[in-house]
Amino acid sequence: MGFKVVHYINQFYANIGGEEMAHIAPQLRDGAVGPGTAFAQVWEDDAQIVKTVVCGDSYFAEHEKEAKEQILAWVDEIKPDFFIAGPAFNAGRYGYACATVCAAVQETGVGVLTGMYAENPGADLKDKVLMVATGNSAAGMRKAAPVMARLALKIMRGEKLGASAEEGYLPNGVRRNFFESKNGAERAVDMLLAKLAGKPFTTEYPMPSFDRVAPAKPLSDLAGATIALCTSGGIVPKGNPDRIESSSASHYGEYSIAGADDLTDATYETAHGGYDPVYANADADRVLPVDVLRELEREGKIGKLHEYYYSTVGNGTSVANARRFAAEYAQKLLSAGVDAVIMTST
Amino acid sequence: MKLELGFIKIRSIQLSKESRIEQGMLYVNEDALRAFIFEDEDVRTWVRSIDIDIARPGESVRITPVKDVIEPRVKVEGGGGQFPGVIAGVETVGSGKTHVLSGMAVVTAGRIVGFQEGIIDMAGVGADYTPFSKLVNLVLVLEPVEGYEEHKHEYEHAARMAGLRAATFLGELGRDVAPNETCVYETCGIREGIEKYPNLPRVGYVHMLQSQGLLHDTYVYGVDAKKTLTTVLCPTETMDGAIISGNCVSACDKNTTYHHQNNPVVKALFEAHGKTLNYVCNIITNENVYLADKERSSDWTAKLCRLLDLDGAIVSQEGFGNPDTDLIMNTKKIERAGIKTTIITDEYAGQDGRSQSLADADPLADAVVTGGNANEVIVLPPMERIIGTLDYVDVIAGGHAGSLREDGSIEAELQVITGATNEMGFNRLSAR
Amino acid sequence: MVKEIERTGIPVVHMCTVTPISMTVGANRIVPTIAIPHPLGNPALSAQEEKALRRKLVLRALDALCTEVSEQTVFEV
Repeated sequence: MGFKVVHYINQFYANIGGEEMAHIAPQLRDGAVGPGTAFAQVWEDDAQIVKTVVCGDSYFAEHEKEAKEQILAWVDEIKPDFFIAGPAFNAGRYGYACATVCAAVQETGVGVLTGMYAENPGADLKDKVLMVATGNSAAGMRKAAPVMARLALKIMRGEKLGASAEEGYLPNGVRRNFFESKNGAERAVDMLLAKLAGKPFTTEYPMPSFDRVAPAKPLSDLAGATIALCTSGGIVPKGNPDRIESSSASHYGEYSIAGADDLTDATYETAHGGYDPVYANADADRVLPVDVLRELEREGKIGKLHEYYYSTVGNGTSVANARRFAAEYAQKLLSAGVDAVIMTST
Repeated sequence: MKLELGFIKIRSIQLSKESRIEQGMLYVNEDALRAFIFEDEDVRTWVRSIDIDIARPGESVRITPVKDVIEPRVKVEGGGGQFPGVIAGVETVGSGKTHVLSGMAVVTAGRIVGFQEGIIDMAGVGADYTPFSKLVNLVLVLEPVEGYEEHKHEYEHAARMAGLRAATFLGELGRDVAPNETCVYETCGIREGIEKYPNLPRVGYVHMLQSQGLLHDTYVYGVDAKKTLTTVLCPTETMDGAIISGNCVSACDKNTTYHHQNNPVVKALFEAHGKTLNYVCNIITNENVYLADKERSSDWTAKLCRLLDLDGAIVSQEGFGNPDTDLIMNTKKIERAGIKTTIITDEYAGQDGRSQSLADADPLADAVVTGGNANEVIVLPPMERIIGTLDYVDVIAGGHAGSLREDGSIEAELQVITGATNEMGFNRLSAR
Repeated sequence: MVKEIERTGIPVVHMCTVTPISMTVGANRIVPTIAIPHPLGNPALSAQEEKALRRKLVLRALDALCTEVSEQTVFEV
């Protein structure tokens, strides 16, 4: 006997009914049901669906916690080699359920795969759960099922995963090399001709998405404003008390500058490993301009320099970490009543 | 300008008493070749000795550290000579007739001049990633004079001249040999092109040249590209040796002189010329280290695209890191001028493929071709014969301490392989 | 990082040397600075001149914080 597989489908594909039956709680059936039979055709004796989980889409949406618990309990009992869900095409709640159930099962150490249309809301989890790209309606079943079956078998066998374009899964943020049939220059000419003709073309590297934040309202009263300093240039009190890493920082520092008029080589230094540190170590005001802001504070040009500054090292630090640091100290700045921020980078 | 290339197919190379080409066999008298190379004063000053070796496709041979790869050619009709401004005079090339010794190359190797020179494996999995494993390579292993460490610029120049002179010597042997195949390449003047192909889109090629200083340079008619303003080149000039490599960026996305001579974008655009598009010209632009230079050069690129009334442009990059900013500046400025672009780059997405691939990005760069992730790790099997030295494998870019294992195999990033993720689109390698 | 601060509604000015990357990551108010290792200084100047230079840059940053912008703006010094 081959690999043991559990398959997850909704009420519609189990032939129970449409929207009117979407409220049904999870039930467990023996063997392959509905689309599962299409996988079985590809797998032959190499793998076999031992149980099929059927769950109503509305039930899952409204009782996610209970549904997940029930399904995980079954998986724990059956101990399958693999868990496959869908395909969900463009059905929103079904796609969400497939992705969410797969994510939960994956955490228990069982391999998972689902399939859906790229714009299905469930595809938000594509970086976490491997998903085969399908068409946007059930008419795509004939095409999607063999792709899912073959990819599932590959994973069960522990074979190396190819690039998304080769294997047919939704790009999951992991770049993998492979050989195209044409060289890059020929592909570039083809792509340009399609673009010039207004025909569809697919970029090989989609630019990372740029969320933009609307500019905040300007300060109306500078002379009454509290200004805070932040930096990614790694300025820390001498000795780097929080041991901020010189590259790929895992945390940030919060330091009081109360009473500090000027940052000197006796009191401050940089922890940053990505630039020549000589100049910042000699005079940290070159990165964090405390001296000038104190001057402006005394002259009454600004209301107040905020008591704390926030510092981390930008060098090699992942975007996700940088975002987390800033989101955390932004809340602190907000509750401290800071009116504006000067962020310096090296 | 109209250029005829006559391809003389070289099947193999043999060292011999007399230098000549006979029925696809290149016979080389190594003493005569060496004497020709050492006629150059700079070579005499900085290069102590040159070993000559031959590597054939499929042989268990590893060449490292590789400096440059050059295709031997000779100008048989028309103005100028090979490598204008460097070997020949500065007269404009790109018209007339040139003979090409195809299927072979001159490879310069030997003691390192920077941290970033590469590996060519003639067999095994590494051979799949470098185009030069498919060529019969005449390898010059250079040995610098003592004390060269204090004069790396001068030594690098001498090493470059040695390779170009070898290619010149060998190319000359093809002057009176009948080519196996000839191809004619011709682009039109501005008005002529519009009249001849009124319904075809006007397409240009924006060819970015690495010009980052210290061993990261490119020369155009002998001029250091960092000292140039963005300008127009006829595609046949590029094919005729106008641009040479003087750089040592990561081996994987370094454009060798061979890449310039056989620029695949030029080839692909000529393929389509007169059929699906009107190939207008090349625009060469540098990648300098100052923000003002980057702004000026990319402004000029977009300006020239507009002046030439282009509808579309292909942009190719060289290197990575801050040149990603040049690439993005060029692309968005050209797009904003109303000209559609497709760009060719490569990626540094980390060994696990999860990091952001480029240092810069813009939504207007919506048509990207990639030469693959240069950080992907590869294990190169041991080879029976090493041409050059393995002394530097651990320190070249993409290698790490322990890259070279006891059995002679190498674990390193694709970066170490010469030409592996070329950003002119020379290869089939890609990533998703 | 600047975006996370601006998300709370606090205006933020980004002072950096490689402004194109600041544009890419989405800062709305940008003031270009001197050089990567010393954005707000210049070791070639005397201490007095250097502080004057720093003051000029910081005043420009404060200007930026007091200026209404509708899109990403570089405040040249």
